[in-house]
Amino acid sequence: MNYFELFKFSPTFDIDTAVLADRYRELQRAVHPDKFANDTEQQRLLSVQRTAQVNDGYQTLKDPIRRAEHILSLRGIDLSHETTTVKDTAFLMQQMEWREALEDIRESTDHQAIINELYDSFAAYRLKLTKLLTAQLSSGSDEDALLAADQVRKLKFMAKLQDELTRIEDALLD
Amino acid sequence: MAYSEKVIDHYENPRNVGSFDKNDPSVVTGMVGAPACGDVMKLQLKIGADGIIEDAKFKTYGCGSAIASSSLVTEWVKGKTIEQAAAIKNTDIAEELALPPVKIHCSILAEDAIKAAIDEYKSKQAK
Repeated sequence: MNYFELFKFSPTFDIDTAVLADRYRELQRAVHPDKFANDTEQQRLLSVQRTAQVNDGYQTLKDPIRRAEHILSLRGIDLSHETTTVKDTAFLMQQMEWREALEDIRESTDHQAIINELYDSFAAYRLKLTKLLTAQLSSGSDEDALLAADQVRKLKFMAKLQDELTRIEDALLD
Repeated sequence: MAYSEKVIDHYENPRNVGSFDKNDPSVVTGMVGAPACGDVMKLQLKIGADGIIEDAKFKTYGCGSAIASSSLVTEWVKGKTIEQAAAIKNTDIAEELALPPVKIHCSILAEDAIKAAIDEYKSKQAK
């Protein structure tokens, strides 16, 4: 299923998420099961299936990581079920350092300062990865697609770090 | 999901947690990560002149199964030769810890950590 086609976008990483949200509402209305309440059972079943597709498509295109994964899967690179191990030592050392920094937040005297600092560091690094990803996805070469897959893997680690940071911050506020 | 008793034991009493001095020439480090779950694993081996693994330490950020897999591996590799350590398969780890299918990737990560450390050892030897 090509969700870019479903939502009438060209398969690029940079999409207008406001337009995406508008098209999502239009599509939702067009396929909503309520519209087919008096139709045949087959029609109603189809409407339920299409609604699920529209929802899944929206969730996929809305999230930058899943959108990039979708572009790559359309180009034959499946990242969503992979168990590939990342071995980029410099990157992993940085991940370790950030994980250690997360652990140290609780013992620090000024939680918020460290939390803010980490938010900024994570955002800056994500931005760097996203810029590379955007360029590599737009080039169309197979070599760049493989490099783009690496940026997606790294962004997944960053998403995990971000979740952890948010969880720690929430716990401290309680 | 229920963890097996062995996983819980390693998770609650992890063996050989920590780091060696990375400037020690007999120490090699294997760093690996799993993008799907964001787990990061560092395995360090202290290898004698005779090629026997004298000691091992690990540091893992991840779920209980990832911590248990790396903890178990540090116990298994001690006293082994490089070749014997390289022969440890993720299936051995998964079986020992009774990992459910969704956690198999944790054992793959631990196997890859051994391989990454041994790769570093071999490239050091070649110099």
